[in-house]
Amino acid sequence: MTTLKPGEVNLGTTIMAVKFDGGVVIAADSRTSTGTYVANRVTDKLTKVEELIYCCRSGSAADTQAVADIVKYHLDLYTSQHGEMPTVKVAASLFQEICYQNKNNLSAWIIVAGWDKQTGGDVFEIPIGGSLHRPEFAIAGSGSSYISGFCDKSYRPGMSKEECIEFAKNAVGLAITRDGSSGGVIRLAVITKDGVERQVVYGNELPAQYTG
Amino acid sequence: MTPLIEPNTGFKFDNVKRNQLLSDKGYMTPTATKTGTTIVGLLYKDGVVLGADTRATSGPIVADKNCRKIHYLAPNMYCCGAGTAADTDYTTNMVGSQLALHALNTGREARVVTAMTKLKQYLFRYQGHVGAALILGGVDVTGPHLFTIHPHGSTDKLPYVTMGSGSLNAMSVFESSWRPNLTRDEAVEMVKDAIEAGIFNDLGSGSNVDVCVITKGNVEYIRGHSQPNERVAKEQSYRFAAGTTEFIGSKAGAQAGGAAAMDVSA
Repeated sequence: MTTLKPGEVNLGTTIMAVKFDGGVVIAADSRTSTGTYVANRVTDKLTKVEELIYCCRSGSAADTQAVADIVKYHLDLYTSQHGEMPTVKVAASLFQEICYQNKNNLSAWIIVAGWDKQTGGDVFEIPIGGSLHRPEFAIAGSGSSYISGFCDKSYRPGMSKEECIEFAKNAVGLAITRDGSSGGVIRLAVITKDGVERQVVYGNELPAQYTG
Repeated sequence: MTPLIEPNTGFKFDNVKRNQLLSDKGYMTPTATKTGTTIVGLLYKDGVVLGADTRATSGPIVADKNCRKIHYLAPNMYCCGAGTAADTDYTTNMVGSQLALHALNTGREARVVTAMTKLKQYLFRYQGHVGAALILGGVDVTGPHLFTIHPHGSTDKLPYVTMGSGSLNAMSVFESSWRPNLTRDEAVEMVKDAIEAGIFNDLGSGSNVDVCVITKGNVEYIRGHSQPNERVAKEQSYRFAAGTTEFIGSKAGAQAGGAAAMDVSA
């Protein structure tokens, strides 16, 4: 198990993805830290690897950027060679291969989510170590520990797109309040067959929370 | 039969033994020259402005009072470097060279994202051992861009950035004053203030402010834009009057005389 090297830029983070009928909602905070200093307070941790496939990055900024760039390259090649868009499963499998085979040198906890013709919306999670999981919704990053109870209680199968967005906003908002390595704004993206709609939620627009 | 001349391939570890011997005798191993440093970059209405201080340190000693930290990468791109001086110099030089070839190969002006990708992939490959923390700024066909690149290979794309030991001092200036669409003079003034915050409040930064303004089709490299640390005029002249040292005479063949003096065979 690799921990961050001293001085390495940390994505700390709270990231999540939720499946609904017709697509997925993905969300992330926007804080990147080096020790106690916030190196970037408006980071975009929702990275496109294909038109309708995104990955949510947490762990080492350098490692996750490098891995995502390599997967993006492979998916681009896939599209050229197969003449059709890869499925989310294919993208997740590529992430897994890199994360597993290089497990001793990587510090990455990644969520892969998107839309494809075969399955519709799909969510995969690749924790440290490189195992592959396919849950209905996934939460990851240092902030996820604070919201696992909230998420398990709030999630209901068959939620609508709007319900999923509210669920994600609430969850990430709560994690930001409790986790020092998460903060800034909440970035959301809704991926359906029609494309990707991106949204930013600022601190003053957060759903109601107890703050003392 | 051992070779008279040692083969010059592979690494040489001769100095390891020497360094161990010296360190056992109490001589501290010298640290690599670091640039301590305050470097900044910001986007303004017409392009990017980069700024840097000019102090290079070797531990607590100032190794260079007026070094250049804004490195040329391409006619439309410059890169500020913080961290280990040798690493920033070498890395920017190497990628600058690669970019020149790339531009000739493609027949196009190099793009800032290209330089960023080359730099980040090189640094990631060395897993943080190449101690270069860079601020890359430039203007290409897609517009003005500003990136920050950390030694481990992560990058951030932002409208204003600071790096180095004085980065927190400089960032406080930007966070309180930056807004989009600054004019050229406002931008240069803000960069000067940010670097001066590092120069005066960070021990690793000092001396002068270098500025580089990059716009579409034009670069203005202002070496020493601000010089708030000029040495005061000395209070008196310390010149020795002629005749202070008694002059005995001169002799031709001073070299031979020197050699004789060095003979210790007695």
